[in-house]
Amino acid sequence: MAIDTPPKGFIGESIKRKEDDRFIRGKGNYLDDISLPGMLHMSILRSPFAHARIRSINTKPAEAVPGVVAVVTGALLEQHKLAWMPTLSGDTQAVLATDKVRYQGQEVACVIATDPYVARDAAQLIDVDYEVLKAVVDPYQALKPGAPLIRDEKKDQKDNHIYHWEAGDKAATEAAFKKADKVVSLETFYPRCHPSPLETCGIVADINPATGQATLYMTSQAPHAHRTLFAIVAGLPEEKIRIISPDLGGGFGNKVPIYPGYVVATAASLLLGHPVKWIEDRSENLISTGFARDFHMQGELAVNKDGKFLGLRVKMLSDNGAFYADAQPSKFRAGLFHIVTGSYDLPAAHVETDGAYTNKAPGGVAYRCSFRVTEASYLIERLVESAAVELKMDPAEIRLKNFIRPEQFPYKSATGFEYDSGDYPRALKLALEKIGYEQLRKEQAEKRKRGELMGIGVASFTEVVGAGHGTEYDIAGLRMFDSAELRVHPTGKAILKLGVKSQGQGHETTFAQIVAEELGIPASDVEVQEGDTDNTPYGLGTYASRSTPVGGAATAMVSRKLRDKAKKIAAHLLEASEADIEFDHGKFFVKGAPSKSKTIQDVAFAAYTNLPEGMEAGLEGVTYYDPPNMTFPFGTYVVVVDIDRGTGQVKVRRMVAVDDCGVRINPMIVEGQIHGGLTEGFGIAFMELITFDEEGNCIGSNFTDYLLPTSWETPRFETFDTVTPSPHHPIGAKGVGESATVGSPAAYVNAVIDAVGHLGITNIDMPVSSDKVWTALQEKGAAE
Amino acid sequence: MARPITVTVNGEQRTVEVEPRLLLVHFIRERLRLTGTHIGCDTTHCGACTVLLDGVPVKSCTVLAVQADGRQVTTVESLAVGGLHPIQEGFKQEHGLQCGFCTPGMMMSSFALLQEKPDPTEDEIRWALSGNICRCTGYMNIVKSVRYAAQKMKAAAAVPVEAGARS
Repeated sequence: MAIDTPPKGFIGESIKRKEDDRFIRGKGNYLDDISLPGMLHMSILRSPFAHARIRSINTKPAEAVPGVVAVVTGALLEQHKLAWMPTLSGDTQAVLATDKVRYQGQEVACVIATDPYVARDAAQLIDVDYEVLKAVVDPYQALKPGAPLIRDEKKDQKDNHIYHWEAGDKAATEAAFKKADKVVSLETFYPRCHPSPLETCGIVADINPATGQATLYMTSQAPHAHRTLFAIVAGLPEEKIRIISPDLGGGFGNKVPIYPGYVVATAASLLLGHPVKWIEDRSENLISTGFARDFHMQGELAVNKDGKFLGLRVKMLSDNGAFYADAQPSKFRAGLFHIVTGSYDLPAAHVETDGAYTNKAPGGVAYRCSFRVTEASYLIERLVESAAVELKMDPAEIRLKNFIRPEQFPYKSATGFEYDSGDYPRALKLALEKIGYEQLRKEQAEKRKRGELMGIGVASFTEVVGAGHGTEYDIAGLRMFDSAELRVHPTGKAILKLGVKSQGQGHETTFAQIVAEELGIPASDVEVQEGDTDNTPYGLGTYASRSTPVGGAATAMVSRKLRDKAKKIAAHLLEASEADIEFDHGKFFVKGAPSKSKTIQDVAFAAYTNLPEGMEAGLEGVTYYDPPNMTFPFGTYVVVVDIDRGTGQVKVRRMVAVDDCGVRINPMIVEGQIHGGLTEGFGIAFMELITFDEEGNCIGSNFTDYLLPTSWETPRFETFDTVTPSPHHPIGAKGVGESATVGSPAAYVNAVIDAVGHLGITNIDMPVSSDKVWTALQEKGAAE
Repeated sequence: MARPITVTVNGEQRTVEVEPRLLLVHFIRERLRLTGTHIGCDTTHCGACTVLLDGVPVKSCTVLAVQADGRQVTTVESLAVGGLHPIQEGFKQEHGLQCGFCTPGMMMSSFALLQEKPDPTEDEIRWALSGNICRCTGYMNIVKSVRYAAQKMKAAAAVPVEAGARS
């Protein structure tokens, strides 16, 4: 009878997740589950107006409520120089408003009370006298002369313009456009949406007044970077700050920035000597914390008659809200939007970006994307669709004609990236084969004859993820490396500590598998810890799909470091020369004699009990990994839709996704990431929208208005893979958490346009709702 | 203002004084410290706070604790008796969770569904869970998880009959 051995969890094995055992029992430990003795509760009073001057604030009625301990205003914070804080993009942001409110939902005052209900009641009793000012909600209007000045507190700010940034070669691009047979253009708006993790943001700040020790439990995707920023912002000594990011109920970029609520709760705990908890309700989350996108984009593609692309020209205006608080590498004003050349061999490209202040919430986080790659991918994939329609070419054929060819890697792009590896035709061809493309085109042609609307949308995205290298990429000056510390105990069990932080991605399993592969210790014997700055090495955190490219690489490298030492110990145990020792998945043996071997567990025990002469005891190490380059995951998504001419309703019939994220560590987890991304992409394409009326009132401030996909309307996905390893990553992995959100919106929208393009409809901006589709059909006389 | 209520939570009867405006979810989380039930939206949309009230799934963020007076409340903490419940096992085996925040509510809705329909179709599962939002998984593996549980529960229900037949 065969003995059923449990899987070791090497790379490529879909082992079940280690973290699930607590979650399925309701024993996770999320921020709101933390309750400390003597803990007080904070509630924030927010501005009802988008733009208004504060004449006065009367806090007395709130202070009189039994149970209220303190009311904090901007004036009070100003005395401690805390009324303003720096943003991740080098701007400033009001912690609590002192002079004006600049968006609806801005933080005006905070009540700290013994009970959360009391804190809320009392906040409503604060009397704020506002002088309402004209709100600016459109970024183009904001940049017009005479527009109300939003940031009048900034000495040198004379208008609402924030930045101008360019990439690529303007002259070469102009020359390419002159040569071209045709210019295809597309103007499109990628609307404001919100990551909306199911758990909102929050903090429990606990400062011991006697020792000055600050323990901050925070919903943080980047606890180490937040510790340093807290030290700088609040003037607290960094060695006294311990940030603990507990289990996170999703993040998707929303938990990257530092929010005013964190700062006030921390200051309140310091002043009051009690722990203070603040956790957002859903409306606070939607109206005030890190939104995403809000890019107005104009793209032009220079093409020849045969469909060959010669150049790309892009102008983009970013609506940044009242404070420029984008979370992105400091040298790049519009994030990595200049990846907009996508999967195509474009000899020339030029990208011009500008940012504008408006009376809207600040943030500009990347909602499940690597610093604005989503907007870039959307624009180029929509533009390629437009080119196919105008040239009457098949959208798959025009892509195949213009892809960067496999032999061109490493490929230097016209905007300055060096793509590490790729095989774009293979992914596209696989997607077409899996969906049965030719047959679908025949079906579409027949349906079109009958007046039925069916569309097939293709998108072939390329991402850039895994920042750094540190010389090029930094957040607020902090180089974007990441770290791993590995300790192997005498019994052969190990503990791995990381600078990144899972929000549901399954790090406790995936990173244990990297150790299993490199050292042979079963993944079940490797405990993975993250999120506690006192107990993990410094890292920049988890966002922009950087955990596997950077933290995963650090894990592989530290494992190899330990393996080198283990080899020396094994040689000692086997009484052989180190040069003759070979290693295979946890076993050390003398070359040619695999039967006589020592296991990694034998070696670990010897590291504490039986060492070679002169060797330091122990088997542990730490690695700080600064990647030589980014990684470039890619893939092709194909969507089939049917559209009802009577209602404009779009039904996604099929969605085939081929993803190439390099080597897959745990294919089950990778597929789960892709399912999630395809769903969020579906939501963005068809449902999710934060918009504003003329007065700057936020529409989309709760889940009645901000629509998220449920199990009912979410399509069924068919997922496939190709594997093109990253040549510079130690295990060839590229990162996958965001690919599907980046790549899928264009595929969904291209499918809609493919269904209605023959009627002369060239664009429908997201979210592609039934009413928009029906109106577009009606305008062309095609609605029923 | 406070008034006493008697609620049976996970089989244990409790009499507690509560404010009339106290939400059931806060009663469960803060008063009883059963933190497996989560709060995601405050407006009955997301279902993270789903518990069973007399066996029927409710969103406990929009039910008052006083409305539970004299009734049975069942939360995620009651699912595992001895070993894991087949639903819990299903979610782990089929990778039906990622961040885990929606999972307790999702499992409670699934539990109620399987009580009513022991062998649901995919559409029946998707409809029954459409009041529970998951931001991570895209629902495909959640559907598989519920199916796994249905199969397992069916098999478990069949065991005593077989045993009886043999004896």
